[in-house]
Amino acid sequence: MTGSLAHIGPAMTAAFLGSAVEAVEALTIVLAVATVRGWRPAGLGALCGLVLLALIVVVLGPLLNLVPLHLLQFAIGVLLLLFGMRWLRKAILRAAGIIPLRDEGRAFTRETAELREQARRHEARLDWLAALTSFKAVLLEGLEVVFIVIAVSAAGGLLIPASIGALAACLLVAAAGVVVHRPLARVPENTLKFAVGVMLSAFGMFWTGEGLGVAWPGADLAIVAFAALFLALGLGAAALLRRPSPEEALP
Amino acid sequence: MTGLKAVFRELAGLFVEDGALALEIIAVVILAGVFARLLPDRPAVAGGILLLGCLAALGANLARAARR
Repeated sequence: MTGSLAHIGPAMTAAFLGSAVEAVEALTIVLAVATVRGWRPAGLGALCGLVLLALIVVVLGPLLNLVPLHLLQFAIGVLLLLFGMRWLRKAILRAAGIIPLRDEGRAFTRETAELREQARRHEARLDWLAALTSFKAVLLEGLEVVFIVIAVSAAGGLLIPASIGALAACLLVAAAGVVVHRPLARVPENTLKFAVGVMLSAFGMFWTGEGLGVAWPGADLAIVAFAALFLALGLGAAALLRRPSPEEALP
Repeated sequence: MTGLKAVFRELAGLFVEDGALALEIIAVVILAGVFARLLPDRPAVAGGILLLGCLAALGANLARAARR
């Protein structure tokens, strides 16, 4: 069962897409810090965040091997259900126009304004504050990446393909950020979030059931069926609940 | 202390954004677990409760969000 194509493909894709979403959000804040205070504090903060994330993976990774597989499947399954359905819910509400879409350009402007305001108040400590902002962004967004990678891989022994997917996404986003030097506002973030929410919810359903002793029909292929069900529910709900945008509402 | 609280709040936020949805998912998992224990020779019942319960919880939560 371990390492079958029905697991490797979705695990790698979920890790890639989920990491891309988080990397885009972290990049926006690191770029804002670099714009206001230069690359030194921005880079230093980001680097410290990455080092701490690596430490967390190195310390927590081997500990997971000590947990009995059945318990690990159940615990990770429930966490994946909570995490995946949270993303899916948000993506559906955004797609339906009930809550606004995330705007990287606006997030960049807000972050830059906040840093400038801090500059006005605490000029002497600003490099420290700027590095801390960059550190916090990389750490918090990175924690979600670490969770996604561990969750989609740990219960099925897919750490390497999931890590490759996540690393590829982070490198791609970092390279794009270096080239364009602007927030990646044109990345279809909500579509990615929708897709990752569907995949993580499907994985969560599968592992929670396995943890409870449910033998899903079709074994691993049940993940694909769960993904299709969550996708159908998501698309149907987004269409049913859709509210016209302010432009569409105009006569 | 404030920093530590913020870290915990952020960590909890990874899994819980809408408290009602999180509670409903956990309730569905508990219910499926109870049926898995009560009917160990019919695990499909627990699986069905888990799958349909989660889909229903998400659908109901979205409907409530739309009405707000």
